Amino acid sequence: MVHWSAEEKQLIASVWGKVNVEECGAEALARLLIVYPWTQRFFDNFGNLSSPTAIVGNPKVRAHGKKVLTSFGEAIKNLDNLKVTYSKLSELHCDKLHVDPENFRLLGDILIIVLAAHFTKDFTPACQATWQKLVGVVAHALAHKYH
Amino acid sequence: MVLSASDKANVKAVFTKIGGQAEEFGAETLHRMFHAYPQTKTYFPHFDMGKGSAQIKSHGKKVAAALVEAANHIDDIAGALSKLSDLHAQKLRVDPVNFKLLGHCFLVVVASHNPALLTPEVHASLDKFLCAVGTVLTAKYR
Repeated sequence: MVHWSAEEKQLIASVWGKVNVEECGAEALARLLIVYPWTQRFFDNFGNLSSPTAIVGNPKVRAHGKKVLTSFGEAIKNLDNLKVTYSKLSELHCDKLHVDPENFRLLGDILIIVLAAHFTKDFTPACQATWQKLVGVVAHALAHKYH
Repeated sequence: MVLSASDKANVKAVFTKIGGQAEEFGAETLHRMFHAYPQTKTYFPHFDMGKGSAQIKSHGKKVAAALVEAANHIDDIAGALSKLSDLHAQKLRVDPVNFKLLGHCFLVVVASHNPALLTPEVHASLDKFLCAVGTVLTAKYR
């Protein structure tokens, strides 16, 4: 069980409270597909991913980004019970989606950069450290049911 | 992994824009890295890790200078950083995984200081460049 200090919980809540899940999710997923183009392998049915402009404007990317970050919000609500909360999602990613867990780490780091760009100096080193821990824990929980 | 002409142009533009702030960015990159990835502090047991640490400032300056040098000689990063590569292989022997952590924190610093600069395309180019630098610095490890 991961322990979260009061300060860490506060740093998570204060950032999350100001996040536009749709915008942030869309941007994070788009950047993942642009910066690490091999991640496009999971999205053959998304249509036009031929250029950064196409990716950023792609409605399926936006929608899926929103879905992913909404799920991340669930994780934040269940920090003390993450493995159970993500149990089915983990099985799905392994058995049906066949996603290498490394991709969860890549997306987590991209999310951090998107948050940094959004919050600028308010995304302090302490804030970043807490969120790095969070994305790491989420990635770990998503990979937990892999076999 | 190859840096395209537009990658090179993007990277050069970033460092031109950053200009004199590079030293400050270097220090903040280290500060964030030590904070977010405490295991990286094991390479600096003698450092004062507090905010405003003179050692972090000074080392950040060195790191920034190396990145600037690499950007200025982007067609031959291996050549430009050859001595630094020798140093890391023979003396410093920093585990290769840590260069990714440093690179990531540098991106966070750029994003937090100048979000408009870090478009998705520039983000991709800069990430590739930082990977290339890490690769060069660990190239002679074995």
